[in-house]
Amino acid sequence: MLFDRRFRAKRNGSVEINITDEERRLIADLVEQLRELVLSTSPEGSVDDSIRRLYPTAYVDDPEHEHEYQRLMRDQLLERRLGHLDVVEATLQDRELSSESLTAWITSINDVRLVLGTHLDVSEDEEPTFAASNDPDQQQRAIYQYLSHLLGELLDVAGN
Amino acid sequence: MSPCFSDTSSVTGAGVESSPVITADEISDSLTDEDVPWVVLVWNDPINLMSYVVFVLQKLFGYSSEKATQLMLDVHEKGRAVVANGTREKAESDVFRLHEYGLWATMQKDS
Repeated sequence: MLFDRRFRAKRNGSVEINITDEERRLIADLVEQLRELVLSTSPEGSVDDSIRRLYPTAYVDDPEHEHEYQRLMRDQLLERRLGHLDVVEATLQDRELSSESLTAWITSINDVRLVLGTHLDVSEDEEPTFAASNDPDQQQRAIYQYLSHLLGELLDVAGN
Repeated sequence: MSPCFSDTSSVTGAGVESSPVITADEISDSLTDEDVPWVVLVWNDPINLMSYVVFVLQKLFGYSSEKATQLMLDVHEKGRAVVANGTREKAESDVFRLHEYGLWATMQKDS
């Protein structure tokens, strides 16, 4: 039903968001963790395994150009990421998002999924299931699934 | 938290490494490099949602929903798809924007 939707596109291009305070706290926490992670794991010349998916190779069979690409672009890539995180943090309590803010939410939530998914080594054909209670990654799996669902909702409303 | 990335020295001076004397060989090399069209590929990955890939392709390249969806399906089913092409400079800028959005993108000379 229309009124049950958590996200609703408005005529002026902005989006109404009706998520719980608990969800807002979780997103705030994840965004902060991602910021700390990207700031602490990108020393010059190497990329920590946990965030390798955030810095893909550009030139597959051209080491020279690849080196140059990473040298020139990595700091810019980091800056863009931090810029998106800034927007999310600034709008976390808002009930309405501009389309620019919505894009920042979408990319930042996807960035968290990229890091979590890499850690959990998710595979495409594997239907996500809640793991046994003795699974050390149980909480992260649950968060990953929640974020996938949330992202799907955000993309639905962004596409309208 | 102290800024870990305040050192911008690696960025300064970018692109000004050309030598003062340019030989004919160097010119023809650089022409060849720029003339060969480059292709930008997006590769299948298990994390990015299909709807997310469509969203990014539409947003960055202005593709219609149909075209973006077809490219996404190519990525999903064939493992990769060419999503853009052009000079090396343009391809690199496209790859950067795709990386900004977390897609697994690479570039290579069109063969």
